[in-house]
Amino acid sequence: FRGKLPQTSLLRDSRWYSVSHLSVKERIDKKRKAALIGGGQKRIDAQHKRGKLTARERVELLLDPDSFVETDMFVEHRCSDFGMEQDRNKFPGDSVVTGRGRINGRLVYVFSQDFTVFGGSLSGAHAQKICKIMDQAMTVGAPVIGLNDSGGARIQEGVESLAGYADIFLRNVMASGVVPQISLIMGPCAGGAVYSPALTDFTFMVKDTSYLFITGPDVVKSVTNEDVTQEELGGAKTHTSVSGVAHHAFENDVEALLNLREFFNFLECHDPSDRLVPSLDTIVPFESTKAYDMLDIIQAIVDEREFFEIMPNYAKNIVVGFARMNGRTVGIVGNQPKVASGCLDINSSVKGARFVRFCDAFNIPIITFVDVPGFLPGTAQEYGGIIRHGAKLLFAFAEATVPKITIITRKAYGGAYDVMSSKHLRGDVNYAWPSAEVAVMGAKGAVQIIFRGKDNQAEAEAEYVEKFANPFPAAVRGFVDDIIEPSTTRRKICRDLDVLASKKQVNPWKKHANIPL
Amino acid sequence: MAAHSLSPSLYRLLFAVKYASLHSRCCAVHKKAQYSTIYNPSEKTFEKILIANRGEIACRVIKTCKKMGIKTVAVHSDVDSSAVHAKMADEAVCVGPAPTSKSYLNMDAIMDAIRTTGAQAVHPGYGFLSENKEFAKRLAAEGVTFIGPDTHAIQAMGDKIESKLIAKAAKVNTIPGFDGVVKTAEEAVKIAQDIGYPVMIKASAGGGGKGMRIAWNDEETREGFRFSSQEAASSFGDDRLLIEKYIDNPRHIEIQVLADKHGNALWLNERECSIQRRNQKVVEEAPSTFLDSVTRQAMGEQAVQLAKAVQYSSAGTVEFLVDSKKNFYFLEMNTRLQVEHPITECITGLDLVEQMIRVAKGYRLQHKQEDIPINGWAIESRVYAEDPYKSFGLPSIGRLSQYHEPLNLSNVRVDSGIQEGSDISIYYDPMISKLVTYGATRSEALARMEDALDNYVIRGVTHNIPLLREIITHPRFISGDISTNFLPEVYPDGFKGHQLEADTRRELLASAAALYITAQLRSQRFLGELRVSSSPVECNHWELCVELGEQRHVLEITKSGNVYTVEVDGGEVEVSGQWDLASPLLPLTINSTHKMLQCLSRDASGNIVLQYLGTSFQVRVLSKLAAELNSYMPEKVPEDTSSILRSPMPGTMVAVSVKPGDTVAEGQEICVIEAMKMQNSLTAVKQAKVKSVHCKPGDTVGEGDLLVELE
Repeated sequence: FRGKLPQTSLLRDSRWYSVSHLSVKERIDKKRKAALIGGGQKRIDAQHKRGKLTARERVELLLDPDSFVETDMFVEHRCSDFGMEQDRNKFPGDSVVTGRGRINGRLVYVFSQDFTVFGGSLSGAHAQKICKIMDQAMTVGAPVIGLNDSGGARIQEGVESLAGYADIFLRNVMASGVVPQISLIMGPCAGGAVYSPALTDFTFMVKDTSYLFITGPDVVKSVTNEDVTQEELGGAKTHTSVSGVAHHAFENDVEALLNLREFFNFLECHDPSDRLVPSLDTIVPFESTKAYDMLDIIQAIVDEREFFEIMPNYAKNIVVGFARMNGRTVGIVGNQPKVASGCLDINSSVKGARFVRFCDAFNIPIITFVDVPGFLPGTAQEYGGIIRHGAKLLFAFAEATVPKITIITRKAYGGAYDVMSSKHLRGDVNYAWPSAEVAVMGAKGAVQIIFRGKDNQAEAEAEYVEKFANPFPAAVRGFVDDIIEPSTTRRKICRDLDVLASKKQVNPWKKHANIPL
Repeated sequence: MAAHSLSPSLYRLLFAVKYASLHSRCCAVHKKAQYSTIYNPSEKTFEKILIANRGEIACRVIKTCKKMGIKTVAVHSDVDSSAVHAKMADEAVCVGPAPTSKSYLNMDAIMDAIRTTGAQAVHPGYGFLSENKEFAKRLAAEGVTFIGPDTHAIQAMGDKIESKLIAKAAKVNTIPGFDGVVKTAEEAVKIAQDIGYPVMIKASAGGGGKGMRIAWNDEETREGFRFSSQEAASSFGDDRLLIEKYIDNPRHIEIQVLADKHGNALWLNERECSIQRRNQKVVEEAPSTFLDSVTRQAMGEQAVQLAKAVQYSSAGTVEFLVDSKKNFYFLEMNTRLQVEHPITECITGLDLVEQMIRVAKGYRLQHKQEDIPINGWAIESRVYAEDPYKSFGLPSIGRLSQYHEPLNLSNVRVDSGIQEGSDISIYYDPMISKLVTYGATRSEALARMEDALDNYVIRGVTHNIPLLREIITHPRFISGDISTNFLPEVYPDGFKGHQLEADTRRELLASAAALYITAQLRSQRFLGELRVSSSPVECNHWELCVELGEQRHVLEITKSGNVYTVEVDGGEVEVSGQWDLASPLLPLTINSTHKMLQCLSRDASGNIVLQYLGTSFQVRVLSKLAAELNSYMPEKVPEDTSSILRSPMPGTMVAVSVKPGDTVAEGQEICVIEAMKMQNSLTAVKQAKVKSVHCKPGDTVGEGDLLVELE
């Protein structure tokens, strides 16, 4: 049938296809074309020159080929002040590209701010577009990814713009714990705008081209008289190593987007679940003061040695991140003996707590590796509120109802032992390696208290070590379920996860708990 | 074998269990292939032997002891408390802290260990106390048998000067040169001038390549004297030196001898050890391609003459330099088991450790000279934890995060003292293992060595497999045209790894692309994931951009089943395989030839590091879109390193020759690092003023640590 009839002339001549339809079609094409080039070729070139991709290029690279379904391509801003109402100041789609698509087949909702249109500034329409896809994501239960590249509020719109931010914030909060939300900062993000990424589950940044700050260097200079560059104030390095605002940073736009795809992967895997890991039998040094790298343990145990670490450069005394065990996604928390002996301090407690709560919210089992000498002492910590912050980690582990598996590799001293997903906080399976020492404190300190003023300190210390510096005190009380050979750890965890897949545990009903913020 | 009928998954499990167990089990399977002599259980022997060594040689000795039903005692330093040798032995005794002078050379502690464990004999292995006459004396005084020659022979052969005089008297060919103790640099220069350049300077007390330097002029003689005497002092506690004529283009060929305490001595054929770097052996083979039976017999007989002249008993090695006209000169005699003894065991079928124990117990040799065969060909590659791209090998350290020996191949023997999870530390020799392959012919043994190197999985430390594989596949090596100058002659500008040809380059690119697609396709399969597109897009054609080095290639890939057909640079490559992304090995069939690649790393940004033909290549695979967009990404400028001196290896600072404010000339020594018993002088890259110094003598430094900043 097709091909025989001259289709175009048929359409043109048909009575019910009017002239006005034609002009509408032309207008549609024109608008679509305009939307695709955003702020125009000149601004696109400028964007490229800065080493940045355009909003659309980013979306295209992030999503599976041909999977992007755009919404609100025709939305325009509604501002009529300061000449904004003129046609040349109207851009179809305004300064954000929104829609849904797939990452390796998985549905995600995406917004990508377009720096080429009014510097990506947020208008009422811009905010409305973002809110729309967030609402849709909530309805179907799909993750939301925001690619942020915006100069801030659309000043011409005034309070309209601020209202827009608040609308987004509210949705961020409502979606929190319902669908995963990820922000990738790919340009400036300043002022009130920073609170949207801050409310999402994960904030990633691009090195050298992205900034996050409440106020820029100029305002800082005028208010506090500090001289600081954008990079120092709110660059990727600052936020991933000093402030802890961002969870990861990537080299450039392309790498960031490719890694974000990887982050979304839930793989089927052929790494045998019963694989023994002989290298673990020798990893914990005999001297309890000697460090080792907890990442070595984690990588050796998880599928294919693949571990997506969250906040690798911040509070390095605790390691958190995602991996797979027999194909299942798990969250991993581990004390890092290599850094500050793996002690818990303010930053590591907060880092750990937030991660544990994310896992709990999205039903991801938590595997905890414990080698912790205790909480970090000192005025800096006490004045900083280590009590309040340490309580967050305790709270997070205690309230979590997902499968919780804990392996004590060496030290589990004092209150930190309780905190680190202990049996007492409803740990489902708690193992100890033969090198484990569960005690109130190390031998030296304990002996100084128990045998205060006595001469035979060395002898007493030996006695203490014999009694407490081993896994038995915990094992005889059932505080650990078993003492296992390190090389069998992977096998055991995989089996336990199989069993725990059907775990059901409910906390008492409440409006919400009151985590010590 | 029952294993052949097992299901693949069960087989994999068995495989894992095999690696999990100690090496003794794996080697038990292969022992039959190497030893033809049969142990006689009715022959009474020692009840308990202490092995005064560590690493692979300690494990090697323990294996034979187990076979002979002898209980074993290992000694170890504190850092070695969970080392393989300590776990393999029936008993293990800690003899001190990590530095060798405080543990493995600590005679008092070792004597204590002997007393407390009641060991009747001591096997010293090689290095450490193996040629220490003082140790042998102390053992004798306590009535403990030293498994090695008598003190007299150790003393006679341990001294380079005396050994030459004895050799001369025994009518053994010796090198023209000067025999005498050298006390000062000027004396060294005078002697060197008398002999005529080039000359070789080395420690009187030491064996192997340590403390050995070659000088072509007066200046180098002075420098060589200084370095050699320092090294001799730190390694042997004896700074006497020896200077002799250096034979240009020589081969290093040694004869294994075996003698008993009843005046019988045998020569067990030769070992060709010419492939060396910095006078340390890298690849050895037995027999040598160079010797004819007449030369072999002449060398063997002279070696036996020498052994008899010193009433030698036990296993020993007489080293010769052989020139291009097959003239051979006595170099030295090593009164111990050599590192490279396994290749002799392979071609003769004798278990040398067993023979040493028998001889030490006082038994006569079981064999006659005519019983000693040359069966087939054996090659040994010394696998080191070192970076072959830095002067053919600078030590590297680290933890073996993954480690699988290629023992699944037949006719492969691996002597090692480490396992997955072991640490290669700065305190000891950086040798990972001795990889020995065996074949009816040399080409068979060489082909097996290629396979074995390709199948060897080592992760966590830099290793020299790239260099080893290049050596054994080099046309000059294959034709047997080698000398001790092989490496500097073949790689005058330093070793640069395997150089890809057009076709191997295409193969590498195609394999990387196929691996990338396999990983991409797997990402689309789900486990327990409900929200999947109901109609997944079936794709079997891709266009990818692959970067290798400076070059960028566009590849067109078509997939059907497990087979990828890749069009690249106008050629077509067909790649197929099992594509197990969890395995470090990547067995592929490329254009119907089996190739073993290894995937060293793979990341989300498309970077793939593949080991192909021994060398690792970094490749970046991007989709066409990503490659296009990647061109907008800014180049990031790396740190300017010309003003910064970083430690090229982990080690200990011996000397720092500059202080802030000094002006250094290009090439001037800035500091000296000692690592793995070698002293390495670090020099300035340019003339500049020293800005800051971040190290002091005695510091322990890691690779990449900032040492000195220039302005």
